[in-house]
Amino acid sequence: MPIFLEKKQLVTPGELLAEGDYIAGDNTYKEDDKILASRVGLIGIEGQRLYVTALKGCYIPSVGDFVIGKVVDISMSGWVVDINAPYEAMLFVSDVIERSFNPQRDVLTQIYNLGDLVKAKVIAYDRTRGPILTTRGSGLGKITRGRVVGITPAKIPRVIGARGSMVNMLKQETNCYIGIGQNGRILVSGVTPEDEDLVILAIRKIEAEAHTLGLTDRIRGLIQEVKSKREGGNVSSSTSRETNR
Amino acid sequence: MFQVQPPEKLIDERGMRVDGRSPYDLRPIKLEVGVLENADGSAYIEQGKNKILVAVYGPREVHPKHLALPDRATIRCRYHMAPFSTDTRKSPAPSRREIELSKIIREALEPSIFAELYPRTTIDVFIEVLQSDGGTRGAGITAASLALADAGIPLRDLVAGCAAGKVENWIVLDLNDLEDKFGNADLPVALLPRTSELTLLQMDGMLSSEEFEEALKLAIEGCRQIHTMQREALRQKYSAVREVAEEEAVESEAEKKEEA
Repeated sequence: MPIFLEKKQLVTPGELLAEGDYIAGDNTYKEDDKILASRVGLIGIEGQRLYVTALKGCYIPSVGDFVIGKVVDISMSGWVVDINAPYEAMLFVSDVIERSFNPQRDVLTQIYNLGDLVKAKVIAYDRTRGPILTTRGSGLGKITRGRVVGITPAKIPRVIGARGSMVNMLKQETNCYIGIGQNGRILVSGVTPEDEDLVILAIRKIEAEAHTLGLTDRIRGLIQEVKSKREGGNVSSSTSRETNR
Repeated sequence: MFQVQPPEKLIDERGMRVDGRSPYDLRPIKLEVGVLENADGSAYIEQGKNKILVAVYGPREVHPKHLALPDRATIRCRYHMAPFSTDTRKSPAPSRREIELSKIIREALEPSIFAELYPRTTIDVFIEVLQSDGGTRGAGITAASLALADAGIPLRDLVAGCAAGKVENWIVLDLNDLEDKFGNADLPVALLPRTSELTLLQMDGMLSSEEFEEALKLAIEGCRQIHTMQREALRQKYSAVREVAEEEAVESEAEKKEEA
């Protein structure tokens, strides 16, 4: 039962990972007794299970995910929300307001209007129908302040870090609220726009350098460097200009 | 109107071709992955004088909605030649030939894609020929497959495309425009290299069955060479970032040591 490649090695679609008694995990497939990669990514091994951590890819909803969506359409009983997935999500009024919905009294556009950004949770999704969202719950609902940045959904786990190490460090260093949607959208809201700039700068660096060693430490170094520069009277105009693209 | 005149000899008695290649040589190939910012996945190929850009979008919502399939993703493909891609201006409207190539390229790529993972969605492939010099369908397939991999779409294998043919009684690999126009036969092939399955096989011109066998073998060999380059191109794109970051990490560690 040979494994042909080392852990964390880069593989391309169709590449042979192992032969023999293994289980095909994420982004791999099995043909006879061969395990092959189906996407570009890094190999991982977990007992008998082989998987590939994809480096790029679209967001596929799953129940319980926290997502950040944009209202793109309003129907009789709810909203159509773009959640950066191949499928448009539905958000029904009954999953938004606390009391029962009265079409004569409740005006949907007064709750969420077209273009509004919402923090929501996926409550139902299977492959035959689109995902259904809810905004009932703590920390969910309309986004009123802050900025939303988009990254590849495949790299969201890196922004969170092992047991939240990365995002906790970012929160600590910058004093910003950071809400990470599984769909590749991150809400950053801080006391000053400069703090937000700093978080966005860090997120861009994480996205570019995901899957490298000691990333959390390097990001902390970057933040402290920018902070000390700013305190030294050198206002970080250059960094803010760069992140506003 | 100006017309290209065939050269006196397309291949000399020692087997040297108009561009100085031997009958079994591919043209020089340059592959690049992730060249377009807006597309989900993209690739660029230069094969001899061919220059082709491919963009992939998806999986995404299907418009118009009735094209959506309940059990798998719809795959749509557009092969298009830019008006300036040939020596006489080509009308930008899709020609009969381009519509046919769009279809056969789609059919060449389809077996490699795990379309059943994304029901009710579409994967759109746009192949834009910027400069053409024969064998663009093969080069288009090669680049399209890379762009699909770059978009993060699950694939069984990368598809490589290449042509072989007959020029003045020689069986040659990877025909250029002159050899394609004035040669005796052209045999474009697309291959899933791991399982050696053909996903495209066309022929125009005349070949005896022995010649056909020989040309097919040569074309498959060419596809395999191209496949190695495809893998290399993907590796390069995705390992570049890692290396930069790792170097930085080493440097910062060295700095720390110096400070200490």
